[in-house]
Amino acid sequence: MTPEEIRAILIETLGAIAPEADLSRLDPKADLREELDIDSLDFLNAVIALHERLKVDIPERDYRRLSTLGGAIEYLLEKTTPKA
Amino acid sequence: MPSLGADMVAGTLVEWLKRPGEHVRRGDIVAVVETQKGAIEIEIFEDGVIDRLLVDVGATVPVGTPLALVSGPAGAAPAAAQAAPVPVAIVAPRPPARPIAPPITRAIGRPPVSPAARRLADQHGIDLGPLRGSGPQGAIISTDVERAIAAAPAPSPRRFDAAEMRRAIGAAMARSKREIPHYYLSTTIDMTPLYRWIEDENAKRPPPQRLLLAAPLLKAVALALRGAPELNGFYTESGFQPSTAVHIGVAIAIRGGGLIAPAIHDVDELALDDLMARLRDLGMRARGGGLRSSELSDPTITVTNIGERGVETVFGIIYPPQVALVGFGKPIERPAVVDGAIVPRRMIVATLSADHRASDGHRGALFLSDVDRLLQEPDKL
Repeated sequence: MTPEEIRAILIETLGAIAPEADLSRLDPKADLREELDIDSLDFLNAVIALHERLKVDIPERDYRRLSTLGGAIEYLLEKTTPKA
Repeated sequence: MPSLGADMVAGTLVEWLKRPGEHVRRGDIVAVVETQKGAIEIEIFEDGVIDRLLVDVGATVPVGTPLALVSGPAGAAPAAAQAAPVPVAIVAPRPPARPIAPPITRAIGRPPVSPAARRLADQHGIDLGPLRGSGPQGAIISTDVERAIAAAPAPSPRRFDAAEMRRAIGAAMARSKREIPHYYLSTTIDMTPLYRWIEDENAKRPPPQRLLLAAPLLKAVALALRGAPELNGFYTESGFQPSTAVHIGVAIAIRGGGLIAPAIHDVDELALDDLMARLRDLGMRARGGGLRSSELSDPTITVTNIGERGVETVFGIIYPPQVALVGFGKPIERPAVVDGAIVPRRMIVATLSADHRASDGHRGALFLSDVDRLLQEPDKL
C-alpha cells in the first residue's frame, strides 16, 4: 500500500469517530486524542476498524505509535509492507 | 410516555412500529420517541395485543401519558370496548416526582407527520414546525417536505441540539442539588495489579476482544453493591426503594457537548467479556442513536469514569431518583509504599457521592473499600 492509501483509510476511520472534525487540515504531528477528543473507547474502536480493514495485528504496546497521524501512517506502512 | 430520566418532562412520538391487532412481547420495540437526548426506542413491558394507539405521530405529550392500550396476554379474548384493556405497559414506571423544567414548547395539537416525511425532513434538516400538511387531517407527508426542501436556501445537516441537552442536564442537576443531601467519600486505589492483568490479557487477544479499564471497574462496583443495597435503587415520594438488580448507568460524553448515562443491565451477573461488549455497543449507540427506553429509565446507580486524559478526582452529582454515583479519576503513576519500600504504582482516585436519606458514610466507606479489595484480584472479577 502507498502512504496516500493508508492516509485515506486513516482519515475515513477517524472521520467515523469524529464526524465533526475537519480532518483535511489535521496536523500530522498533533496528538490525535487531544485534537479529536478521542477517549479510550473511541481509540479501541479505531484500532478494531484498522485491524479489520488492513488485516494487521496492532498489539497494545504499539498503541503509542498511533498517537499522531504521521506516526500512524508510518507504522501501518511498516505493518502492511511484506518483509523482504 | 415513559420517563427517560429525571430531566424529561415530555416526549414527541416520532414513529409507531406496531399496529393495532399486533401481538407484542415484553422487550419488543413498539415506538420511537424524540427527546432531549435524541431519538429513543421505546420498549414494551408486557406481553399482549395492541388494542389501540392513543397518541398520534408528531404529538408531544407529558411523561406518564398512556401511549397505547394493550389487552391481556396473547390468546386471551379481546376485551370489550374501553373497560378491560388496561393502559399498562408503555406507561412510565417512575414518573418524576414533579415537573422540573418548563414543558417543551411544541404544541400538543400539532399536525401528524408521516414517518417517511419525518425521515426526509431529518435528512435535509427541515423544521416541520412551520409546514402545512396536505395529507389526511392536515398530516405532513413526503410531498410537503419535498416542497420545503426545494424552497430551502441551502440544506443544513441535522445537528445535535446541545443547548437543549444542556437545559435538561441543568434541570436534573438543580433538582439533585436542591433535594439530595449528598455526602462524599474518596479513596486512592492501587491499580497496578489490574493494569498488569489487562496488559497480559490483551496481549493474547485480537483488538475486537480486548478489554478496557472501564469493564473491570464497573464489575467491581456491581459486585460491591451486593453488600451495599442502600446505595443501589431509587428515592421516590414513598422513600428509598432498594433494587435487587444492579443496572449501572454509564456516563458517556456526547461529542459536541452534553452527557448521557444509559444503563448496562445486571452488571453483577455479566462476565467481563460480555460486559466489555455491552460497553462498546452502548458507546456506539449513545453517540450514533438507537438507545432504548429501559436503558435510560432504569439505571439504579451511575458510574462516571474520567478516563486517561482527564483529571485526578471527580466529585459526582447524583442523578435523581438514584441515590449514589461512583467516580473514577485519571489513573496516575505515583510513588507508593509497598512492603516498606517506595515504588512507582499506578493509582486511581475512586469517589462516592451518596444520598444521606438512604445511607450514611459508614456504609459508603465499607462499599468503597470493597471496590478496592475486588480490584486487587482482577482475575476473579
